[in-house]
Amino acid sequence: MPGKYIPSDYLPILIFLMVATAVGLGVLIAGSIFRLKRPYPEKLMPYESGNLPVGEPRYRFSVRFYIIAMLFVVFDVEAVFLYPWAVVFGSIGFYAFVEMMVFIVILVVGYVYAWKKEAFNWD
Amino acid sequence: MSIFETIIQPDTFDVLIKIGIILLKIVIVVAAAMLHVMYATYFERKSIGHMQVRLGPMEVGPHGVLQPIADGVKLFFKEDIIPADADKPVFYIAPVISLVAALSSLSVIPFFKGFVIANINIGLLFILAMSSLGAYGIIISGWASNSKYSFLGGLRSSAQVISYEIAMGLSLVGVMMMAGSLNISDIVNAQAAYPLRVYAIPQMLGFFVFMVAGIAETNRAPFDLPEAESELVAGYFVEYSGIRFAMFYLSEYIGMIVISLIAVVCFLGGWSGPFDIPYVPFAWLLLKVYFFIFFYYWIRATLPRYRYDQLMSLGWKLLIPLALLNIVITGIAKLML
Amino acid sequence: MAEVNEVKELVVNMGPQHPATHGVLRLVLQLDGETVVKCTPHVGYLHRGIEKLGENMTYLSALPLTDRLDYIASMSNNVGYVVAVEKLFGIEAPERAKFIRTMVAEMSRISSHIIWLGTHALDIGAMTPFLYAFREREWILDLFEMLCGARLTVSYPRIGGVRNDVTQEFLDSLYRFAEEFPKRIEEYETLIDKNRIWLKRTKGIGIISKEEAINWGLTGATLRGSGVPYDVRKYAPYDAYDKVEFDIPIGENGDVYDRYRVRMAEMRQANRILKQCIEKLPEGPIMAPDAPKFTLPPKDRVLKDMESLIHHFVLITKGPMAAPEGEIYVATEVPKGELGFYFVSDGTGRPYRMRVRAPSFVHASVLPRLCEGGLVADVIANIGTIDIVLGECDR
Repeated sequence: MPGKYIPSDYLPILIFLMVATAVGLGVLIAGSIFRLKRPYPEKLMPYESGNLPVGEPRYRFSVRFYIIAMLFVVFDVEAVFLYPWAVVFGSIGFYAFVEMMVFIVILVVGYVYAWKKEAFNWD
Repeated sequence: MSIFETIIQPDTFDVLIKIGIILLKIVIVVAAAMLHVMYATYFERKSIGHMQVRLGPMEVGPHGVLQPIADGVKLFFKEDIIPADADKPVFYIAPVISLVAALSSLSVIPFFKGFVIANINIGLLFILAMSSLGAYGIIISGWASNSKYSFLGGLRSSAQVISYEIAMGLSLVGVMMMAGSLNISDIVNAQAAYPLRVYAIPQMLGFFVFMVAGIAETNRAPFDLPEAESELVAGYFVEYSGIRFAMFYLSEYIGMIVISLIAVVCFLGGWSGPFDIPYVPFAWLLLKVYFFIFFYYWIRATLPRYRYDQLMSLGWKLLIPLALLNIVITGIAKLML
Repeated sequence: MAEVNEVKELVVNMGPQHPATHGVLRLVLQLDGETVVKCTPHVGYLHRGIEKLGENMTYLSALPLTDRLDYIASMSNNVGYVVAVEKLFGIEAPERAKFIRTMVAEMSRISSHIIWLGTHALDIGAMTPFLYAFREREWILDLFEMLCGARLTVSYPRIGGVRNDVTQEFLDSLYRFAEEFPKRIEEYETLIDKNRIWLKRTKGIGIISKEEAINWGLTGATLRGSGVPYDVRKYAPYDAYDKVEFDIPIGENGDVYDRYRVRMAEMRQANRILKQCIEKLPEGPIMAPDAPKFTLPPKDRVLKDMESLIHHFVLITKGPMAAPEGEIYVATEVPKGELGFYFVSDGTGRPYRMRVRAPSFVHASVLPRLCEGGLVADVIANIGTIDIVLGECDR
């Protein structure tokens, strides 16, 4: 049928995801029938080494984590670009190699820049 | 034409049979994985125990062989404590996400020739995607628990997992270049032409980077900072108890098995071996996976833990350049030959 | 909007219920990301009032209290206590007793350092040395059991000597231990010494300079790691330390790694002292024979001799009869550092004031200096390296 592509190869994955979710939820629900439930305020306190928690745990975290997240996006996109290239590399040959070297060199420049800017340092 | 007729078409029966077969396969794989995970914990406690001049579990059953079952039953019936200030829906769902993400990677791995649940042409990419998804479970559990220790653990873990994700992804590019495919069965078949039927020798560098990144991805020692016992007590799942704790535990071990499986299929020739073992087509695969799992335990018993900044520098300053170098070397070698 | 722009730091309670705080130390950490901005140690969770209890007990009966100070090395505390009390009374233990006390104190030094090594390594993430270390500690505890029947809270030394004589069997087993132990130290060093992660985690961490270490009042291996060769055993020898040969190992940089090296070397030196004590052990009595007003008479004499019975009765009920008035401070070198006992005596059988200078307390105070500016993981390494026991710190 035109316009109706059914990725039948992916059907097993869909079923697998459903089964896995069912296993996870099933265990949780089945357990809830059997297990005991005797909560009291001290038991429900978050763990803080035996002390009353001080302040809000969901604090504003270090900007370093954002840097790591940005670097991740850059390099992961690069990796994703590399995958299709790697697959067809054998059939295209030298031209593909040069193309990709240019790409990698540009990336390495950015990488060196990030290194010099101490984006990889944590202390 | 009635609705009834649109649903029941001549080939509906075939489709149902197909789905039935798929379901059967899935049940077999999931059951086998669960069994392996249970006994992976036993194997870990025993092997590390013997490395540390002690015996490991000895009480439940002969030599403690029933210990994992006893643990499972105990955790199943344990009280499920949800902290009062927790973000409840997120707290509920986090272990399920972890478990599903870990399990679903199994759907594209060929266990022996012709046996794979979903033989898709981007298998490797799917696995990488799913292993990133596992980080969600960790991050949101750290966030939802409303505890500082779990929050720190979740942050550490997210930064660690995404950092090593890159190195892991790049280390596999060499394999893709050599095999010219992302389909895992094709990758295994392509290895037959190489010495010992493995990629580990031409892809030494990639293999090394993959193994280090893989250990970091699964939060195992010496990169177990998110759950560093002596610092963050248990890290992101410090507030989890009972069956939810068990699910995190399960997903960590499934993650370990999945990383071992990828290492085996991408670098060590998958199900093929130096000679064929009759009647058990998956024997070689299992042996290799057991070896890797033992390797995990061995490292755990040997090495101290990295510090956070050292872990990040290792990932960014050593593994990523090495993985890029590996790609360049593989490219040059492939052009030369 | 000022609220939004304010730098908010995360305040984390580390301890008292935390696997890495060696008992019940509580650190309140202010974190900026992973960096420790401020570290405040809180002590006192294990306070049992040992100093006050000591004032209400006779000198003889306060001895078991010292077991509970540094419960990892109770023998050293006992020795420190009896040495101090003997000096106050002006009596001297016989040679044989002195050698035996030196011997058991060094055994307890080894057992304490071994437990330090195991837990320190475990905190840094190396799991295996911990279990190996306990194997040797168990051996020493077995030897203690053989010697006096108790393993942990020994109370073996007595004012004026020791409780009972050593047997030849004990000496033989101890000698076997001393022969075997250097090999075991090598085993630990094989496990962690050259490990790159271990070096990365310990070198250059928690540096404290010579001058600063002295100013903070550090003692023991924590001070010697900074390169100060101060050891009470050399500077003010007590018991038989002036009759045995040993070196004082010192570090150079004063970091976690140097303190680790110093403690490893100290275990070797302790082993050396052990061997010398066994070889040089003189014959003779084990209790000061000419001090009936201070020391308990032997049990067989109590049953036969009127005089001894009276002495025994008075000593037990009222304490030493002729304790001189005055005050005294006597320090000994225990595994954790310099343990000092300060007594004010008013001439009765009980001390007017008993004060314990606990090295762990002094060392705990240096934690903010070591931790601030470092990472969370370094806090763990620093707690390990100063080797504190909260029983002693809180008293």
